Amino acid sequence: MAPLPQNPGGHSAVLQQALPPDWPLGNPWLHFITFTIIAIAFGMLMIIAFIYVERRGVARFQIRLGPNRAGPEGLFQAFADLIKLLLKEDIVPARADKLVHLMAPIIATVPALAIFAVVPIFGNGALFADLNVGLLYVVGISSIGVVGVFMAGWGSSNKYALISAMRGVAQMVSYEIPLVLAALGVVLFAGSLSLNTIVDQQGIPYLLLQPLAAVIYFLAMSAETNRSPFDLLEAESEIIAGYHTEYSGMKFALFYVAEYGHAVAASALFSTFFLGGWKGPFLPPVLWLMIKMLVVFFVGFWVRATLPRLRVDQLMGFAWKGLLPLAVINLVITAIEVLFWPTQSMWPLVPVNIVIAVILVLLWSRIFTLGGGKIEVKQGRVEVKGAKTVEVKV
Amino acid sequence: MLTQFGQIALFILVIVLFISALPIAAFIFRLIGLAPHKPTQVKTSTYESGMETVGKSWIQFNVRYYTYALIFVALDVTAILLYTWAVDLKSLGAAGLGVALVFIAILAVGYLYTWKKKFLEWK
Repeated sequence: MAPLPQNPGGHSAVLQQALPPDWPLGNPWLHFITFTIIAIAFGMLMIIAFIYVERRGVARFQIRLGPNRAGPEGLFQAFADLIKLLLKEDIVPARADKLVHLMAPIIATVPALAIFAVVPIFGNGALFADLNVGLLYVVGISSIGVVGVFMAGWGSSNKYALISAMRGVAQMVSYEIPLVLAALGVVLFAGSLSLNTIVDQQGIPYLLLQPLAAVIYFLAMSAETNRSPFDLLEAESEIIAGYHTEYSGMKFALFYVAEYGHAVAASALFSTFFLGGWKGPFLPPVLWLMIKMLVVFFVGFWVRATLPRLRVDQLMGFAWKGLLPLAVINLVITAIEVLFWPTQSMWPLVPVNIVIAVILVLLWSRIFTLGGGKIEVKQGRVEVKGAKTVEVKV
Repeated sequence: MLTQFGQIALFILVIVLFISALPIAAFIFRLIGLAPHKPTQVKTSTYESGMETVGKSWIQFNVRYYTYALIFVALDVTAILLYTWAVDLKSLGAAGLGVALVFIAILAVGYLYTWKKKFLEWK
């Protein structure tokens, strides 16, 4: 493996070198090879770590042990699974569209790793490419994953898989807009789309300055990566295994990798946008990023272990009536703050924004439970469709 | 900048090759006989929880999915347009904020109309 890049005294020192301004290693080819290996290795390492942490962690939530036989404390379980799946028979349904069926898992997996091209992993300026449209690249690339999911559902010629794929597209389309708008709050504060600059600007983590955006981003990101409680396209009790029903062997393994890969990418992005990315005292930057990613992921599967799965109408209603208006309101408030609040003293903004976030969330949950879903309020009476009318005191 | 995009294109190509290596490895395992390959008619039939498959699976789908797609196209394009505004807000100043507010207000009219017409309900 190529040597790790040095961190030569921060952004300015790197930028002031006359020759290639955004290549910390000087030679572009050396830079390319080093960071390609680093990005893929980091991605795969975190995927394996996440699989292990989730399997053991969720087992603890459900009062069981989880995989603990392969290697010390079950550390090699992922490798055992990989070898097992390599030796499995690859069954392709006779009625399937063979080419689409083959390409789907690859297309679903690639975007998860491709995101690490713009995420600063090893500190300031030490990343593959410091794109000045980094966030747009992330948004664009990460939505390609759903094409793979849809190809899987359509290509396997299975009605349940097709239902799952349709649900997946509808879900990702719905949660894309709150996700994009929540990230806009961060862009407003940082004044840049470059992920490196976003981390660089975070004296105060944007989790504190943008609590509402962080909550919206977290929920939308869980939905985009099909994590529970938003994993409707893998609802076992309704549609078998969803879009990968007809997959076996290595292709199934790729979908498994894709699921965790998107979780890894989403955690990395959340850490970068809201938790200060690689920043932190004492420990090396890459370790800080890993810790933050694991914390974000832990909160994710904590939610998974706690909450039951949503219904489809609840899922869509939550995106369109809950998260989207909240994200727009947050955007307007943030824009006003950025324009009229003095940039020298950002700390007083933290309690203000937390209070605003709490008020808005409480207000919205109230509106949402009364008039948003299938329940309608008419002159002091709450009517639930298909159920008896309930009198409420106002 | 352009070289960066070129590098990223190459990077994605490397990832595609890396990911494709896994199914290719599985295929090689099959060729050398480590993994079995004995497709039978029952094995390659469509699995729908034990029921026989009726008709084709490539069917016309419920229209409610497409209404969401339509709303998405309208809103997502505008969200991306807001990105260009957000990057430069500090130099655009209050006038820029006013323009964006008008922009959001126009969107809100369409959004509220959609809500009123119950297109946001999952029917």
